[in-house]
Amino acid sequence: MKNSLSRTLQIAILFMVVGGILALAFGGYFGTTSTWLTGVLVDIQSWFSTRFVAIQDFFTAPRDLILLRQRNAELENDVASLQAQVIELKQKVAEAENLAALVSYARANPEASYIAASVIGRDPSPFLHYIIVNIGSNDGIQRGMPVINAQGLVGRVDAVIADAARIQLITDPASSVNVRLQNTNLQAVLSGSVTGDLSLDLIPQDALIEEGGVVLTSGLGGGYPPDLIIGQIINIRKREADLFQQVFVQQVVDFTRLEIVLIITNFRPVNVEPLIPEPIP
Amino acid sequence: MRHLIAFPVLALAVILQSAVVSRVSLLGGFADLPLLLVIAWSLQENVDTGWHWAIVAGVFTMFVSALPWGAPLAGFLAAVFMARWLQSRIWQAPTLAMLGVALPSTFIVHLFSFVILSLARKPLPFVDSLSLITLPSALLNMLLSVPVFWLVSDLARWVSPVEEEE
Repeated sequence: MKNSLSRTLQIAILFMVVGGILALAFGGYFGTTSTWLTGVLVDIQSWFSTRFVAIQDFFTAPRDLILLRQRNAELENDVASLQAQVIELKQKVAEAENLAALVSYARANPEASYIAASVIGRDPSPFLHYIIVNIGSNDGIQRGMPVINAQGLVGRVDAVIADAARIQLITDPASSVNVRLQNTNLQAVLSGSVTGDLSLDLIPQDALIEEGGVVLTSGLGGGYPPDLIIGQIINIRKREADLFQQVFVQQVVDFTRLEIVLIITNFRPVNVEPLIPEPIP
Repeated sequence: MRHLIAFPVLALAVILQSAVVSRVSLLGGFADLPLLLVIAWSLQENVDTGWHWAIVAGVFTMFVSALPWGAPLAGFLAAVFMARWLQSRIWQAPTLAMLGVALPSTFIVHLFSFVILSLARKPLPFVDSLSLITLPSALLNMLLSVPVFWLVSDLARWVSPVEEEE
């Protein structure tokens, strides 16, 4: 009984002493001593902490790096996939815009029947201006059918196989189209060239023409339907020594960016060659 | 295998020529992939089917192009003739030979096309054809000829590997 009382007393005294020391320390009575002591403790903790963090980094950082690299690769894949989708969607939007323009053209000109075709290639020879489209005789395409797009005249079908057709553009050097100038009675022949430029031939020197005049198909010769837009006159060259004026035409169709074209299927070209008299020897 | 490889390779080349290469133009000219392939194949050491390649390339090109029959074929055969002739003289530097054949072959192929088109259809302006079509095409062919030669060299080694001397 006596022993337990004295032990309780001892513990109480011990707590009181420690509490008193702490109270004095917090009260600032042990300033120098407590500062030194806490400094030592902080240094020791810093030493341990620094080593521990270093060791932890050593073991955990590589794992994080691998995870980050994996995540980065995943994100890069996602970005690439999204970019591909964006390109695909942009292409579809452009295609839809082209088709919308062609549909509106077809609605504005309901007298003709059209089949849309995608351009899948160009002639391998740089001397020729031909395109290849993805529909052919299986779709009712025949040689000589005129080809247009929303802007104007493109050319005509030159050769056909079952599932593809070759189209001679009006810019081809061997192409010639009978044309007329809008608001005038003037007729001429439109010719292509190796450079893709269009010019009007057989215009007499005394004919009055102006820059900016619109060039349309005349329908003469039976090769093309009348009144298809071709372009505008941009330059006129008159030389006294020449029989005819030289007139250059800016085409309305961008032949470098042809993607979808319309083939007029209910137009049958007329072959006028048998009607041309042969020269008498 | 050695002979049949010409068909898929040149069919693919003509498709690429029509769908891709002919849209990448410089002024009015563009590179001629089938021509470069035929030249590169003819310059390979262990290959003796250059003439076959020229005929296959010519037929495939004629099938796609509106050029009169015979123009591309004649051009390719002339290119193979030149390649075989030059190969025996510059056999130690095949890449140089490739460049040496690609340039004149472009001129010869274009000359054939120019003459045949002028005779068969409508006379073409010589100066415009030379400056706006042939010279840019020759430049593009020269640029493309070295990578094409490397590719064809790998193909030739794969199709007919060189037998090691014992």
